[in-house]
Parts: sequence; C-alpha cells; structure tokens
Amino acid sequence: MSNNYLDIIRPGINTTFQDKGRDHLYHIGIPFSGAMDNRNYLIANKLVNNNLNAAVIEFAYQGPHIKYSGENINFAITGDVIFSIKKKDTEIEGNCYQSYQIENGDEINIVSTNKSVYGYLALGGELDLKFQWNSCSINTKANIGSNDGKKLDTGQRVNLKKINLNKDIKKTNYINTKIENIRVIKGTNFDYFSEEGKKIFYEKEFKVSKLSDRMGMRLEGPKMENIVNTNIKSEGLIKGVIQVPADGNPIIMLSDHGTVGGYPKIGAVVSADYDRLVQMAPGSKIKFKEINLSEAETLFKLYEMETQNLLSQI
Amino acid sequence: MIKNISNLGDAAVYCDFGNDVNKSINSKVIKYFKTIKEKKFQGINNLTPSYNKLIISFDLKITNFKEVKKFIENINIEDSEKTNAKKLEIPVCCHENFSMDIERLEKILKLTREKILENFFNKEYFCYMTGFIAGMPFLGDLDENMRAQRLETPRVKVPKGSVALTEQFANIYTFDSPGGWNILGNTPLGVFDSSKEDKPNLINPGDTVIFKEITLDQYKNFNE
Repeated sequence: MSNNYLDIIRPGINTTFQDKGRDHLYHIGIPFSGAMDNRNYLIANKLVNNNLNAAVIEFAYQGPHIKYSGENINFAITGDVIFSIKKKDTEIEGNCYQSYQIENGDEINIVSTNKSVYGYLALGGELDLKFQWNSCSINTKANIGSNDGKKLDTGQRVNLKKINLNKDIKKTNYINTKIENIRVIKGTNFDYFSEEGKKIFYEKEFKVSKLSDRMGMRLEGPKMENIVNTNIKSEGLIKGVIQVPADGNPIIMLSDHGTVGGYPKIGAVVSADYDRLVQMAPGSKIKFKEINLSEAETLFKLYEMETQNLLSQI
Repeated sequence: MIKNISNLGDAAVYCDFGNDVNKSINSKVIKYFKTIKEKKFQGINNLTPSYNKLIISFDLKITNFKEVKKFIENINIEDSEKTNAKKLEIPVCCHENFSMDIERLEKILKLTREKILENFFNKEYFCYMTGFIAGMPFLGDLDENMRAQRLETPRVKVPKGSVALTEQFANIYTFDSPGGWNILGNTPLGVFDSSKEDKPNLINPGDTVIFKEITLDQYKNFNE
C-alpha cells in the first residue's frame, strides 16, 4: 500500500488520466488519445519537475475536488482554471502556472475552467496507473487505459508510486492566447461542395455545439451544400479532420476520434492550431482560414519552438 | 498500385488506390500497409488501411509530407502473401429492441422486414478493414438491393453490439459510440478485448464472416 494518495471528493464532469497517448494502433481502431491540449500538459509536468511524458489529471469544465494524504508534494495546474487550496486553517485562491507545496490533509478544489474547456493537474511524482499499449491515457469510449478506461469517480483513491525529491517551486508567465481564426488545409473532398458551400466554409462563422467531447467537436452554422455525394467509402481519419455529414453541420475529429469515417472531408485543422481549437467551449464562434501545406509546416515549427522556449524557461 | 498521393492536413499522407471497392484493390492496400509497417520509417506513427485508401500519419516534429511521400514512392511491394484468414460465425438478434432502423430500411430498400433479414443472413462477408472504435469490422458486400446511405445526422450513441448497414457494407459496433449506420440487430458476442494487447480483435482483415439469426431468449442466455 502506498502512503501517499489522493481521495476524490468530487470527480468533476469529465476527469481522466492522460499522458502522451498511444500510437501505431489506428489500424485496429484505437485512436491516439492523450492530453487534448499538449502544450498545457507539458508545462504542467515541467512545473512539478516531472518527466514531460508523465501522467496528469485532465479535467473539462468543472474539475475535481481532491484531498491529499502523505508526505509533502508539489502540484501545479495549467490552463485557464479557477481553483482553491484548502489548508488546516485557511483557504487561498490558486494561480495557474505555478507550483505549490501541499501537505497531509490539504485539499485542492478545482472549481471550473474559465471560458475554455480543458485544464491539467500535475503532481510532483508518479501516479500508480495501469498502462495499456504503453500509455495510461483513458479512452472512455472504448474503456481503454488506466482506471478501467473510465473517468474518475467520487470516493476513489489514487495512489502515488513515488514522490519527486526535487521540490523546488516553479512559476512561469504563460497566457493562453485566443486566435481569431482556426487555420485549415483544404480536405481531400473539398470539391464535393458547391462554390457557395466552399465560400460559406471560409467566410461564415460556426458555433461550437454542446455535443462536443474528447472524440469530436460538432459545429452548427450555415449549411454547406454537397453536390457530389454525402457519403464516401469509409477511410482513415486523423485528428483535426473536418467531416461534413449530410445535414451539413461539420464535425472536427479530436484526440479520441474514430479511426475511420465515411463523411466527406472538407478540411483539416493545422497541427499548430490544435491546442487552441480544443479549448473552444460550446457556444464559441469559429471561423476557418485556408492556408497551404508549407505555411502550415512553418506555423508548426514556430509553435514547437515557442513550446520548447516556454519549457526551457521553467 | 497507388493512383495518387496527396496530403491530408499537415501531418498525414493520403494514398488513393482508386474508387472501386473489391478484394483485389483492398489486398494491394493491405500489402502496402504491411510493408510500410515493417520498414519502421522514423516519424510515422500510424497507418490506416481501408477499402481503397491508406492514410499514413506522422509526427511533424520528426518528419514531413515530402519525406514520407518520397519514402512511399520508392517502396517495393513484394507479392508473397501469407494469409491466416479465419471463418467466423456471428450470432445476431433482430428483435425490435435492437433493429432501430428496420423501418427506415424497409422504406429505402422497398423490401419487407422478412426479405431484408433473409438477404442479410444468406450471405458470406469479407472483412476489408477494422477500425473506427476499437476493432469494428467493415464487412462486404451486401447485394445491390440491400444498399442504403448513412443517416443524415449520425446518432450520438449507438448501442454496443449493434449490427448495422451502409451502402454495400455491414459492421458491428464494438462499443457504445456515435455513428450513422442503419441498425439492423445486435450481437451478444464480444468482438474486441483490450486485455489481449497482441490480438484484441476477433475479426481481422481478410477473414470471412457469416451472421446467424438468434431469438431474444438465445440473446439473453448467450454465453461466450
């Protein structure tokens, strides 16, 4: 038995363990999974002196309320998150992007994410989790990963295998920027849509629907007319692909997406914008902007450089 | 061979083997899939073979479209093919509790319920691919008079075990999941088992499948 553990007083809406995800499994129908917002995931681990690919607790909208028992440990929360730390006699508001040390009996109450979707809680140590295909990431749709592939529940206990000896407190000034447009590359079925439909795709606003989760983001907006066929023969998907079913409402594939799909692909969100895309809460307005492959590759290099810079400053 | 290679987004290569769906094209896709998988090209992190397409996704931190495309263009596909295809029987119950889209199918196909089931069960199916959610098999081919399009708006939740049709294909939903196929019945048989990391799928590409109709009682008392 471990002497260091968390008790889940309130699990939150969709709280899971996530790490870097699992690869080489699309052909049997298993998606990547892993932390939705990769940059915030990495920063959370760096702030508590973890390996960058360590498991963290990912939450959406309302986060968990946790009671900690054991030796002193550091934790950090990333994203745009409202939370408090309750000690014996006091309760303080917490700030994202800095680590705190907690002791036996302290509580972390993650109230909500603010105008965003996902937040990350990293603990300075190693959570005791089951690995499946080299990852503990939970895929609730296929019940794969740690915690029997299910989201966290009230009253459960999460053990820590070990605690980091390095307990230096760290802080960084990162601001989650919003962007005006989500940049996309034309999809392989772009020409299935009428000229008017193509114009709508790039010029009109779409609204993020409530029916969005780790698997996909459904959008509502002006209907894009399909003039060829509203079905294609099922074929592979990757995260960021935008499919348009017959009703004309686009669906963007996210990290737990089905590995194949049969709706025409009008576009694909570029890798550099993925972290910001997943943070768009239901009701947010999305506008797409077309760029070409080499622009997308350059944007990704910049994104990656910025991520590495951020991490090296912590 | 591959008719066209293009990019899908900025981190995947889209190999198009044409628009036809048949065993011969599908076996070419599978050959490419197997060969590329064995070569372990640095940066490729997933391969998704389907009826007539192969999508190769990669880590943009390690490689890019141009490099992966060049690698694929220079690959030699060997013709030797070891097959270890199986023949499987899948029990399906088409009680009204399960056959959620039978009325829709009756309307679209202009066939009676009895005729639809007769056609469906009197057929051998070939597994072209697996995917979507963990282990879902894509089986073909349904006769011309059994082909219906997907639902206009996909369901948010299709029950686990649902056996469903779209165009010339049948599939089995291995988990509760969103989906737009026409649901005909449900199987009590487990088609995916994640505790077997080496071989989680019951049905694999190349296998032959026949469906066997069972009653609601047989469904309820089913024991693997």
